[in-house]
Amino acid sequence: MIENTLKIDIRHKAGDFGIKAKIEAQPGITTLFGKSGAGKSSIISMIAGLVQPDSGRITIGEEVLFDSSQNINRAPENRNIGYVFQDARLFPHMNVRQNLSYGLGRMEADQRQPQFDAVVTLLGLENLLTRKPLKLSGGEKQRVAIGRALLSNPAVLLMDEPLASLDAARKSEILPFIENLAQEFALPIIYVSHAVEEVVRLSDSLVLISEGHVAAQGTVEALMSRIDLSPITGRYEAGAVLTPIVSEHLTDLNLTQLNLLGHNLFVPAVPITPDTAIRLRVRARDVSLALERPQGTSVLNMVPGQIHEIDQDDGPHATVAIKVQGTPANTDQPQDQTILARITKKSLQDMNLQNGVTVWAMIKSVAIDRHSLGGHGRGTKRS
Amino acid sequence: MNWSISPMEWQALSLSLKVGLWASFASLPLGLGVAWLLARKRFFGHGLLNAVVHLPLVVPPVVVGYALLVTFGRTGMIGAWAYDVFGLSFAFNWKGAAIAAAVMAFPLMVRAMRLSLESQDPGLEQAARTLGANPFRVFFTITLPLMLPGIVTGLVLAFARALGEFGATITFVSNIPGATQTLPLALYNFTQVPGGEASALRLAVLSVGVALIALMASEYLARRARHLTGEDAA
Repeated sequence: MIENTLKIDIRHKAGDFGIKAKIEAQPGITTLFGKSGAGKSSIISMIAGLVQPDSGRITIGEEVLFDSSQNINRAPENRNIGYVFQDARLFPHMNVRQNLSYGLGRMEADQRQPQFDAVVTLLGLENLLTRKPLKLSGGEKQRVAIGRALLSNPAVLLMDEPLASLDAARKSEILPFIENLAQEFALPIIYVSHAVEEVVRLSDSLVLISEGHVAAQGTVEALMSRIDLSPITGRYEAGAVLTPIVSEHLTDLNLTQLNLLGHNLFVPAVPITPDTAIRLRVRARDVSLALERPQGTSVLNMVPGQIHEIDQDDGPHATVAIKVQGTPANTDQPQDQTILARITKKSLQDMNLQNGVTVWAMIKSVAIDRHSLGGHGRGTKRS
Repeated sequence: MNWSISPMEWQALSLSLKVGLWASFASLPLGLGVAWLLARKRFFGHGLLNAVVHLPLVVPPVVVGYALLVTFGRTGMIGAWAYDVFGLSFAFNWKGAAIAAAVMAFPLMVRAMRLSLESQDPGLEQAARTLGANPFRVFFTITLPLMLPGIVTGLVLAFARALGEFGATITFVSNIPGATQTLPLALYNFTQVPGGEASALRLAVLSVGVALIALMASEYLARRARHLTGEDAA
């Protein structure tokens, strides 16, 4: 496989709205996350060549797709980029097989049949091949659209909110397929979304987009725990992303015990092999704080840590970032992870909370967003 | 009342069908091109082109016929050129009648095809481009097939309009039995001579019959086309 890192550095002005984006995407899933109208879709339209930026450069590995200083602007059909649109955009006059085959011409002749069969199996399309798009459900349409894009032999796959128009059941039907893609095909996937669950579940790398520019790029864990970014990540849904390791299953209690930097967490039983790192999202509003280890409480999950940032908003609330330190079960290197807690300003005063104060974070609820960072994730569960 | 159709009436009918078919099918490529330009391109003179195309709908047909006489007549600009280069003459023959019918039917044809183009999601063409298809392949594999219902409608409307053409035809190529005398012209003729009532009635019934068949055929074809383009839910 050729080295196909996608690099973009573009500027564009459309009316009052300006776009300025510098992004690098390695093989794996890079999510562009931001509010509707932040410019995420415009950015990927420019990567695909459907919109021409005013200036800048877009490259995949050594291939230059766009470079305003050299007057290079390849047509969309010459960019080797697969594009999964929010509305699927299947060709209504062709059946599923014809839709899937439309872009096969870009693939080596002897690769076409085996790749076709592989993608059909991967996406579970065997029984749909002779159907017209009109007779497909929303989820089936998106699966065909994903397959069609994959079969055009892309060097990069763009996905523009492919789940936005689907209900929760259809979403959970397709998410596992998308999770698998990054591993099955070693190609950069740019995934546009404004749904935090999808982002936490899918991202290998996260790019926050706000008002047309890149506000931050990094790991999900690092960006979601930054209080200064919470206007973009969303205050109400704000929450830190933790990566504990599965330690053991307590079958008689129907619980799974996790190890977060040496501290035990208990979640409803999840079928994951011990020693696997998983990704949890802990919403700030599900965390309360205590100055001493609480006794006689029903809250199972309590983790001590040090306050390192406090952000008071205009309303009655404040968000507190707590740094938890320790050594993960699978290495000897001490690390820290951040938990966010959303409490009232009154509690802040009453407890005299300041930076450096040690507190106990009591976690009332945990969302398991990605069952494995090594990657065999299935489904999203909440406890 | 005698219902047997005279040779002269048959002649008018077959001439009408010939003129109608030529007028609609021969102007199809041009109609497609103009519909595509009007629906998809924004350029200087867009409004003017749109107005010129629709002109035959609003000016008196006699004016169109006169304009054709001036341009397509043997001494007219296009007429003289066509005669010199191809040996083609449009004066006082069925070809002239077909041109008159085509010009009068053109706005209806363009309108139907333009509407079907405009109702098409341009996103489908974008999707095809990202799958590696150049604009040429996109047009022939996506745009054109999806226009099929509009093309059928445009053809039938043009054919029907061509069958009924009267004013422009009689002004441009006159009313010559066997050469330019289409159904409506023959019908008009019979209403002007004593004892022509029976012939006029037979021709009127014939006209209605042809129109009915064309409409039913178009309904059938449009349904087939919609099936091909996946628009029907059946």
